[in-house]
Amino acid sequence: MLVYGVLLVCLIPFVFPTWWMATTSLKPVNEIFAFPPSLWPRSATLDAYRQVFELQPFGRQYVNSLYIALLVTVGTLVVSSLAGYAFARIRFRGSGLVFMVVLAGLLVPSEVTIIPLYRMFDGLGLVDTHWPLILIPILGAPSVLATFIMRQFFITLPKELEEAGRVDGLGRLGLFWQVALPLARPAIGAVSIFTFLHSWNLYLEPIVFLSSKDKFTIPQALTQYVDAYGGALWNVQLAAATLSALPVLIVFVLAQRQFVEGLAQTGLKG
Amino acid sequence: MTLLVRERVEVAGPPPDRPPFWTMRRRDELAGWLFVAPQLAGIIAFVLVPLGLVVWYSLHEWSVLADTFDYVGLGNYSALADDPRLGPALRATGLFSLGLVVLNLSLALFLAVLLNQKLRGTVVFRTLFFSPVVVTLVAWTIVWGFLLQDNGGINGFLELLGIDGPNWLRGDATAMISVIVVQLFKNVGLNMVLFLAALQGVPAELYEAARIDGASAWARFRRITVPLISPTILLTSILTVVGSLQVFAQIAVLTQGGPGTSTTVLIYYLYQQAFQFHHFGYGATISLLLFVIVLALTALQWRMRRKLSFYED
Repeated sequence: MLVYGVLLVCLIPFVFPTWWMATTSLKPVNEIFAFPPSLWPRSATLDAYRQVFELQPFGRQYVNSLYIALLVTVGTLVVSSLAGYAFARIRFRGSGLVFMVVLAGLLVPSEVTIIPLYRMFDGLGLVDTHWPLILIPILGAPSVLATFIMRQFFITLPKELEEAGRVDGLGRLGLFWQVALPLARPAIGAVSIFTFLHSWNLYLEPIVFLSSKDKFTIPQALTQYVDAYGGALWNVQLAAATLSALPVLIVFVLAQRQFVEGLAQTGLKG
Repeated sequence: MTLLVRERVEVAGPPPDRPPFWTMRRRDELAGWLFVAPQLAGIIAFVLVPLGLVVWYSLHEWSVLADTFDYVGLGNYSALADDPRLGPALRATGLFSLGLVVLNLSLALFLAVLLNQKLRGTVVFRTLFFSPVVVTLVAWTIVWGFLLQDNGGINGFLELLGIDGPNWLRGDATAMISVIVVQLFKNVGLNMVLFLAALQGVPAELYEAARIDGASAWARFRRITVPLISPTILLTSILTVVGSLQVFAQIAVLTQGGPGTSTTVLIYYLYQQAFQFHHFGYGATISLLLFVIVLALTALQWRMRRKLSFYED
């Protein structure tokens, strides 16, 4: 019984903020700072949600975030599964050296290189487009962890499987596509989840690269709901925040086994 | 069947005295390089070349507004060494990272041990503790910023208990505590899950044997659990430390580095210099410092591996 008590108390800072976010977004302005604080809106209104879409092209920004995150996820899966497979299963000259070079990406957070990256994309005329937000995660430092997880997974596959494939006349691409990849679902799941979340949460890169409102992504848009003096329109910010958090939360609750166990049981274990 | 067909084709191939050029070995050689090509090209173009450019930029005085790019040798480095804001930035970075890592790892391990007992409802608790990981980062930060306002939710509930809470984000110490706590609860679920997976790999017989020998719960934790999961402790601490040096959104949204410069961590200072004051050369110098710190911390923890990890796979 004591354990349950401790667990319940521990839960408060994990669960209450999300609850507070959703309920406050339904409160009228005069209630959001009311004392005593109300756990449930006394008079609920959808006014804040109307303003979310009136003040900014939020629908457009939502689509931006979503399509960028999906593209980054698919792109990262392609790049990291190919490279991870090669490092794990193909013996080729220089693979050790290439692996070291790729792993160097783990030591260089993309924040460190943000200035030259900005200059490079500026030179290509791609500032204030979504290209940097798509290309940097797929090809740059963020994909290295994905490659590492894929490699750790492919290493565990038994040799006999590929030998059987060889006998059936499969080449490398066939072995990768028809034998190894279908077995890699846990690793693919884990990589998809954290790649999607990484892109969905990105904040520094969007505020550096994007300047027009209809190109913004959600994290950047959330902070733009302010009054003429720069003060936060709390209920509008929280309504938009709820809209950004709820779908992902629902997907997570429905698929929490794959989420949690996928993350725990792939290469991240070391 | 397939096997037979294969063999016949190979017999009908080139005569044995001239082996085919495309042996399996050569094919693999080519396939290996083609498979890693996108990743390798990406790392060169988006990590290594930019890293070289950071070094090059750091040797120049570069004002974007005046459109000047002049070689100044180590000028930026001596300017950084003399910068009165460097000390506070390093101090804030150190406080933030240290506070976060210590709290994160202890809380993650504590929760993992609690959840590792065979209790009903473990999955529900695990899901709830993990849930902030999937909440949009800025959304999580905004609701905490709202809760931490002087007249916000936290002080409202404290007042119900008769406590007059501080203006969290406006005091030096409380602002630092706030940004640590916001980040702590956002991501501790991730480490908790990694610890849980590691705990489940500890054989139950060991605990049984220790219990028979009369070892206390603390002794069992200290002498069995910690040594056996030390590889995971090492991994999570590296990930958490390196991650803590990249925390930007929370600072930008909650405190903008304030009050004063009390929460201006290195990455926020880098952002200010490069993208608010447009000092790209000086910003590049700060980037390099950040890189060296990441490198040094990773190397240090990697060296600790031998001391920490008694059982490595």
